[in-house]
Amino acid sequence: MTNLNFIYSELTLAFSIMLLLIIGVFKKKSSSLIYNLSILTLLIIFILSLSLFGKNSTSLFINSYKIDYLSTFMKGLLYLSGIFVMLSSTRYLILFQIFKIEYPILLLSSILGMSIMISSNDLIVFYMGLELQSLALYVLASFKRENPLSAESGLKYFVLSALSSGLLLYGCSLIYGYAGSTNFDIISSNINSVNYGLTLGIVFILVGLAFKISAVPFHMWAPDVYQGSPTSVTIFFAILPKIAALTVFIRFLYIPFINLIDQWQVIIIFLSIASMIFGAVAAIGQKNLKRLMAYSSISHMGFALAGLAVGTNEGIQSSITYMSLYVIMNLSFFSSLFMLKINQKYYETIDDLSGLSKNHPMLSLAMLVSLFSLAGIPPLAGFFAKFYIFMAVIEQEMYFLAIVGLLSTVVAAFYYLRIIKTIYFDEEKQKYDKDHNLGLKLSLILSTLIIATYFIYPSGLISIISKIIII
Amino acid sequence: MNFPILSSLILLPIVGALFIFFINSDKNNKSTKYVSLFISLANLLLSLYLWLVFNKDTSNFQFVENREWLGIINYKVGIDGISILFVILTTFITPLCILSVNSTIKYRLKEFLISILVMESLMIGVFCSLDLVIFYLFFEGGLIPMFLIIGIWGGERRVYSAFKFFLYTLLGSVLMLVAIITIYWVTGTTDVVELYSIGIPKELQNILWLAFFSSFAVKTPMWPVHTWLPDAHVEAPTAGSVLLAAILLKMAGYGFIRFSLGLFPIASEYFIPFVYTLSIVAIIYTSLVALMQEDMKKLIAYSSVAHMGFVTLGIFTMTQQGIEGSIFQMISHGLVSAALFLCVGVVYERKHTRLIKDYGGLVSEMPKYAIVFMVFTLGAVGLPGTTGFIGEFLILMGTFKKSFIAAILASIGVILSAAYMLWLYRRVVFGRLNNANLKGILDLNKSETLILWILAVPTVFFGFYPEPLFGTIETSVSEFLIQYNVNINLYVTEK
Repeated sequence: MTNLNFIYSELTLAFSIMLLLIIGVFKKKSSSLIYNLSILTLLIIFILSLSLFGKNSTSLFINSYKIDYLSTFMKGLLYLSGIFVMLSSTRYLILFQIFKIEYPILLLSSILGMSIMISSNDLIVFYMGLELQSLALYVLASFKRENPLSAESGLKYFVLSALSSGLLLYGCSLIYGYAGSTNFDIISSNINSVNYGLTLGIVFILVGLAFKISAVPFHMWAPDVYQGSPTSVTIFFAILPKIAALTVFIRFLYIPFINLIDQWQVIIIFLSIASMIFGAVAAIGQKNLKRLMAYSSISHMGFALAGLAVGTNEGIQSSITYMSLYVIMNLSFFSSLFMLKINQKYYETIDDLSGLSKNHPMLSLAMLVSLFSLAGIPPLAGFFAKFYIFMAVIEQEMYFLAIVGLLSTVVAAFYYLRIIKTIYFDEEKQKYDKDHNLGLKLSLILSTLIIATYFIYPSGLISIISKIIII
Repeated sequence: MNFPILSSLILLPIVGALFIFFINSDKNNKSTKYVSLFISLANLLLSLYLWLVFNKDTSNFQFVENREWLGIINYKVGIDGISILFVILTTFITPLCILSVNSTIKYRLKEFLISILVMESLMIGVFCSLDLVIFYLFFEGGLIPMFLIIGIWGGERRVYSAFKFFLYTLLGSVLMLVAIITIYWVTGTTDVVELYSIGIPKELQNILWLAFFSSFAVKTPMWPVHTWLPDAHVEAPTAGSVLLAAILLKMAGYGFIRFSLGLFPIASEYFIPFVYTLSIVAIIYTSLVALMQEDMKKLIAYSSVAHMGFVTLGIFTMTQQGIEGSIFQMISHGLVSAALFLCVGVVYERKHTRLIKDYGGLVSEMPKYAIVFMVFTLGAVGLPGTTGFIGEFLILMGTFKKSFIAAILASIGVILSAAYMLWLYRRVVFGRLNNANLKGILDLNKSETLILWILAVPTVFFGFYPEPLFGTIETSVSEFLIQYNVNINLYVTEK
C-alpha cells in the first residue's frame, strides 16, 4: 500500500503506545522515562503531520479515512496542544502522586482516538475513534482513585458518555438504514429527499456530538468532571476532545448532509445560542476556577458552533480559527492555574487568587491577558476569534445570533472581570511557590505572548486556515 | 511623507510602557517616573511638530498610512483638521497626569504609569484611525487600562465603579461591532474615506446609526445612560478622573462627528429632534443635579455631563458654528475639567475629604490655590475671555439657526452652570474658616502650581485668541459640511 505514508503519524503513535506499554511493564520505575518519551512521540508525529501540509487530499481504506487539509491542520493543532498540555502538567502529576506509567499511555491512546475521529470519513471509523478516546478519558478522569471527587467525575463521565454513545450509535444505524451506507460520500450521493428517519438519525448523532463538546443542553457532566478530575486531566478535557469533536461536526454536517442544511441548521443555532447564554449566566456564581472554566468552555463552544451554523466556508473557517485561539487561551489560563501551589498543595478557587498581583506580577499579568482575551476584549486574540465568527454570521444576515452572542459576551465579561478584580483589587492573601519547571513556564509564556501579540499579524493564522475548503 | 509619524505617536507610549515594565525599578520609583514623563513629553513634542507641518488649507486626510493587516481590513491611520486637536489634547494632558502622580498615587506607581501610557497610545489611536475596525479596536481596548486605573487606585467603592464603567461601555459598544461588520458586508469595506464616497444605503442608515449611537451615547455620556460617569469619576484617582474627563469622553464626541454625521447623514438628519431632546434634558437635568451635590468630584462629574450635552447639541446642529463650537467646547472642557479635578485632588490629598461642607474659607490659607481655582471655575461657567465662553457661544449660535426653543432651553443651562460652579467656589474658597481642621492647610506646592498654571495658560490664551485652533479646524469642518449637504441632497434626489 503506497498510501500508508499518509498515515505515518497515526501508525507511529499506535506503535509507540504499544512499545511504551512494554517498556513500562518490564522496566521498573520508568514513569519519568515514559512520560518524556511520550512527549517526544507527540513531537515526532507533529513533525510528521506537518510534512502533509500542501499535499493533495487522499482517501484511504475504501474511502473511509480521509487525509485533507482540514484533517492535517486539526491534527497538527491536536498534537501541538497535546505536547504543551503534557509539558505544563509534569510537576503537577508528580506532586499529585499520579505520575504513573499508565497516565501518558492513556493520554496517547486518547489522542490516537482523536486523530482517527478527525480523519474519519465513515460512520464506523468515526465511532471507533470516538470510543477509543472516550475509554481512555473515563480512566483519566478517575485517575486519582482515592479522591472521591475524581472517582465521581470518572463515573459520571462514563455513565453519561455511554448514554450519548448509545444515542450516537442509534443515529448511525438509522442513517445506515435510510441512506444505505455508512460512508459519508456515498450517503451524500444517496440522499435525494428529506425523510424523517434520516432527520432523526442526524438529530441523534448531533446529540452525541454535542455531548462531547459539552454544548447546552448536553453539558451537565462538564462542571463536575472539570472540577473533580485532576487539573492535568481537566486541561486535557478542555482542549483536545473539543478539537476532535469540532472536526467531526464539520465533516459530518458538511459532507453527507450539506443538502439537508435546512434540517440541521436550526438545531445548531439552538445549541449555539443556548450554550452562549447558559455558559455566560451559570458561570457567574462559581467559586471554583476549574468549574468556572467548564462553564466558560460551554459558552466558548457556543461561539464555535455559531460559526458552523452559518453554512458557508467562511463560517467553518471562523469556527476553526475560534477553536485554535480557544486552545491557546485555555492553555495559558490552565498553565497559570498550575502555578498556584504552596509546597504540595494546589489551590483552585477564586478566593485563592486574592491579591495575587502584589507578589506575582508576571503571573498576574499573564492571567489578566488570558482572562481579558477569554472575555473577548480587543486588542487581544480572543476578540479576533469572536470577530471572525461574527463576520461569518453577519454575512449570512443572521443578526439575531450575532446580537445574542455579543450580549452574552457582556454577561461573560462580568465573571472574568470578577477574577481580575480578585487578582488586582483585593488584599493579598498568600504567597505561592515560584519554583516552576521549564515546561510549565514555556507553555505559559508562549501562549500568553501569542494572545497578547496576535493583533500585530492576525493574517498569518487566517491565511493558513482559509485554505480549508469543505463545500 | 515617508516617516510614519502617526504610528510613532501611537507606538511610542506603548514602547515606553514595555520599557518601564522590564526595567528593574528602584525602590522609590524615581526612574520609572522620569522615563514615563520623558516618553510622554517626547510624544507631546512630536504631536506639536505634527501640528506645525499640518497643512491647514486642505480637508484631506494627512499623514495617511495604509498597511496590510487583516487581509480584508487594512491598518489605516490619518488625521484631518477635526482630529488633530484631539491628538494634541491627549499628548498634552498625559504628561500632566504623570506629573500629578507625585502626591496622589501612593502604591504600585510603576503599574499606574504603565496603565497611563498604554491608555495614551489607545486614545491617540482612536483619534487617528481611519478604519472602523481599527477604531473599534482602540476604542474598546481603552477599557482595560481604565478598568485597572479605577479598580486598583480608586476610592472605597472602586470595585463597583470599575465594573459599572466596564460593563456599561462594553454593552454599548457590542452593538457598534455588529454595525461595523454589517457595513463591511453591505459596502465591502470598512475604510472610512472610501465609505464617505460610497455612502451607506438609505434603508440601513437609521438602524446602523442607532447602533453607533448606543456606543457613543454611553461614552459621551448622554442622559439617561450617564450614570456610570459620576461613579467612575468619584472613585477614580485624580489622574484617572483627569484622563476620563479630558480625553475619554471626547472619543464619543469625535465619534459622533466622524462616524454618525459622516457615514449616516440621512439618519443624523432624521434623529435631530431625538438628540436635541436628550441633550437639552442632559443640560438642564444634570445641572440641577449638580446643584444638589455634596461631593465636589460628583458635582464636577455632573457638570461634565451637562457640558457634553452642549457638545452633542452643537454637533447635531449641522452648522459650521455648531460643529466648530463643539470641537472647541470639547478642547476647552478637556482643559478645564482636567484642571478642576486636579484642584479637587489638591485639597483631597491634604484633608482626605471631598465633601463641600468640610471646606470653606480656603482663600485665607491657600491664596495661590484660590486664584487658579477661580480661573477654572470661570472657564467652566463660560465667562468671556476663557475658552468655555467661545465654545458655548458658538454652539448656541448654531442652535439658534436650527431651533429657537432648543437654544432658549440650552441657555438656561448656561445660567445653571454659573449657579452651581460659583456656588461651589463660594462654599469651598470663600466664607469664614469654620473648620478648625483646615487651619494651616498647605498651599500649592511647586509641581501642583506648575500643572495648574500649564492648564490655565491655554484656557485663557485661547479664550482671547482662538484663531490658532479655529484656523486648524475651519477648512476641514466646512468641507465636511459641504460633503454632508451634498450627500443629503443626493439621497433626496435619488428618492
